[in-house]
Amino acid sequence: MADAPKKYSKPLPQIDEESRPYWEALQRHELYIQKCRDCGELRYYSRAQCGQCLSPSTEWIRCSGRGKVYTFTVTNQNNVAGFRESLPYVMAYVQLDEGVKILTNLVDCAPQQVKIGMPVEVVYEDVTPEVTLAKFRPAR
Amino acid sequence: MSLKHKTAIVGAWEHPTRFAPDKSAFQITAESLHGALLDAGLTLKDVDGILSSGMAGGMGIIALCDYLNIQPNFIDSTSVGGASFVFHVAHAAAAINAGLCNVCAVVFGSTVASRPAGFGGGGADPSDQYEVPFGPTTVGSYAMIAERHMHDYGTTPEQLAEIAVTTRLHASMNPVAKYRNPITINDVLASRIISSPLHLLDCCIISDGGGAVIVTSEERARDMKKKPVYLLGAAETARHTSDGHRDFLETAAFQTGKLAFERAGVTHKDIDMAMIYDSFTITVLVTLENLGFCKRGEGGAFVQGGRLRYDGAFPINTDGGGLSSCHPMMRGMFLLIEATRQLRGECGPRQVKNCLTALVNGTGGALGQRHSGATLILSNQ
Repeated sequence: MADAPKKYSKPLPQIDEESRPYWEALQRHELYIQKCRDCGELRYYSRAQCGQCLSPSTEWIRCSGRGKVYTFTVTNQNNVAGFRESLPYVMAYVQLDEGVKILTNLVDCAPQQVKIGMPVEVVYEDVTPEVTLAKFRPAR
Repeated sequence: MSLKHKTAIVGAWEHPTRFAPDKSAFQITAESLHGALLDAGLTLKDVDGILSSGMAGGMGIIALCDYLNIQPNFIDSTSVGGASFVFHVAHAAAAINAGLCNVCAVVFGSTVASRPAGFGGGGADPSDQYEVPFGPTTVGSYAMIAERHMHDYGTTPEQLAEIAVTTRLHASMNPVAKYRNPITINDVLASRIISSPLHLLDCCIISDGGGAVIVTSEERARDMKKKPVYLLGAAETARHTSDGHRDFLETAAFQTGKLAFERAGVTHKDIDMAMIYDSFTITVLVTLENLGFCKRGEGGAFVQGGRLRYDGAFPINTDGGGLSSCHPMMRGMFLLIEATRQLRGECGPRQVKNCLTALVNGTGGALGQRHSGATLILSNQ
């Protein structure tokens, strides 16, 4: 019998009705952001109304999953359960090719190799049966 | 309608404690209020407005009224991180000017060092679910601003370190500062990296502490024990992720600095010293740029060469700042108190010469996610 998978101990998202389509898409390994049908503004994170015009008319846009590192930090100290066991880790804003900047982790890359402007691509990490996280690695 | 010169800070007191396991935050708050009222020559009976932040529980301001046994005519518990108390002075001025109250007490007490409360897990804000899975920390949020600034403008770790070195020099002249031994740029660079590119000595300290300031009308201020410190201009706002479109090197100070100068009717040349919230060295650098004391991208060169020293061309954080004197999770209160002391000429060896006008800038929250900002311009004229 294979070893039981280790329990995932990092904080999990508290998914709500505004965000559910985003998280459900990630479970399918698809990354979506929102676009206002009235004024065209792209937005991240997911909300029921547009942050430019408050229109509730929203379209979900599937992203290419490609972007560039906008900024980052190599975290050496964090006492939150799950993270204190995985130091150091890289937290970053990735600017998607579609334009929005999203907070994420960079993986599959030595922390000292990370550079601003580096092309990256999404990797989907299924951390629990309900939750998949969009992380990024150097573009291949 | 303008708030210019309509109100003044007439009492200010900093609690000397930096570690108080024997006291509650409420006790430190009450002791601070007592100190500030004695400084002003007022009594608790004179206070008809109360402003505070950081009390336990969502309705802590009522518990504070109970603890102090006051029934004020004006209450404000605006809680926007460490900048809150800077917001409170502006709100007190507006309330007094509008006739809602006459004497406002802005108060604070904290025991975060002796009884630390864990934080950093999942919260209830709508944005939290998109952030907490990736391990954000307070220092990491500011570190990402520093990394981008270094990338765009060539700002160096040595330039950031000079801010910490200057602040420690000031702390060495403040008998109640927590860390008073001088440090060098090499000491900062040799300290461990907490979240790149920020070192341990780029980060504010953690202490207990408290303080209070008393604000009243210009008319009433004339009869107080000490020279009034007038409010000339104030402004407040917030910056956040902007639907994913934020320019992260533009901070709240960009908006509030411009407005506060306009409202005060003074220019950058009129500012004799500034109290700039120094949660981290990078906070100071980007705040000075956004306030317009130097151009965007030129902050690194601006902070070099001793310019920020008490005897330099542009003194800041003369009490030793959050980097060396005290940072009980929220520091806005101490910006107000030191600016008041400087404008009264009470600062002894670290006194800025001919100090007539000071700027206070509070930054609260997380610079790389959501933060608040407020700017005040104060004068003894």
